[in-house]
Amino acid sequence: MQEKSTQVKLDEVQCGDGGAAITVLRFAGDITSASQTAVLGTYQALPVDAQRILLDFSKVEYLNSSGIALVIQLMIAASKHGQTIKTFGLTPHFQKVFTMVGITKYTSLHADEQTACAAFTA
Amino acid sequence: MTENIPGTIELHIPSRLGYEKIAMNTAASTARMMGFSDERVEDLKTAVAEACINAMEHGNKFDESLSVGIILSMSDDSLEVKVVDTGAGTQGHGTAPDIDRKMHEEEKARGMGMFLIQALVDEAEWVSSPPTGSYARMVIRLHPASEPLERK
Repeated sequence: MQEKSTQVKLDEVQCGDGGAAITVLRFAGDITSASQTAVLGTYQALPVDAQRILLDFSKVEYLNSSGIALVIQLMIAASKHGQTIKTFGLTPHFQKVFTMVGITKYTSLHADEQTACAAFTA
Repeated sequence: MTENIPGTIELHIPSRLGYEKIAMNTAASTARMMGFSDERVEDLKTAVAEACINAMEHGNKFDESLSVGIILSMSDDSLEVKVVDTGAGTQGHGTAPDIDRKMHEEEKARGMGMFLIQALVDEAEWVSSPPTGSYARMVIRLHPASEPLERK
């Protein structure tokens, strides 16, 4: 038995504000210590002008503390590049966990893509 | 399910990442049968998974010849989960992560497992008892408000 792999799909969406496209990282499967290449590798491959980033967790099946640590590492890198990250699709349980560990100080959590997208222009 | 509770379920998993999901899902099924809410079941799933990962990594040093034992003990109003490894026990404490220090790379991004366990269950303790092994013990209660909250 092996850990289920992490899938990451890159998307670009328009938010209706006439601004630059928003980059979306759509995660699926498990996010664990085995997900470093999928999570950080995908982030590192983003174009340098991607300033607004959405993290989509709506298809994540299993997330543990090592996976959360990778999300924090992604946020550290984004902070260094002056990028803004917003998050959506977390279950209520993982919204609670993200709040417990303090991640909400550095990213906002939203119920769905529409509200997360709109938060960039709020 | 609060009548004719069968007592104890025990399983052993190898010290390989991924297998903690078997323990996590067994604990979840047990808690659901006992009548725990979905929210408490999700809390327990994360706590059990984190305890198993700690046991594999810190207790058994990822030696796949060593197993991690999971003992689920049901009572009328609570579910106790012990996660047993062969190590000498943990030295850490479930202190809250400092997100500012993490974001400034002054502390590792990892290292939140014990904190999450402690925060998500009604009772948590880590017992060192070499050479037989050490264990993490967690309890969730069906009616925590009616009982004193004990978090060690």
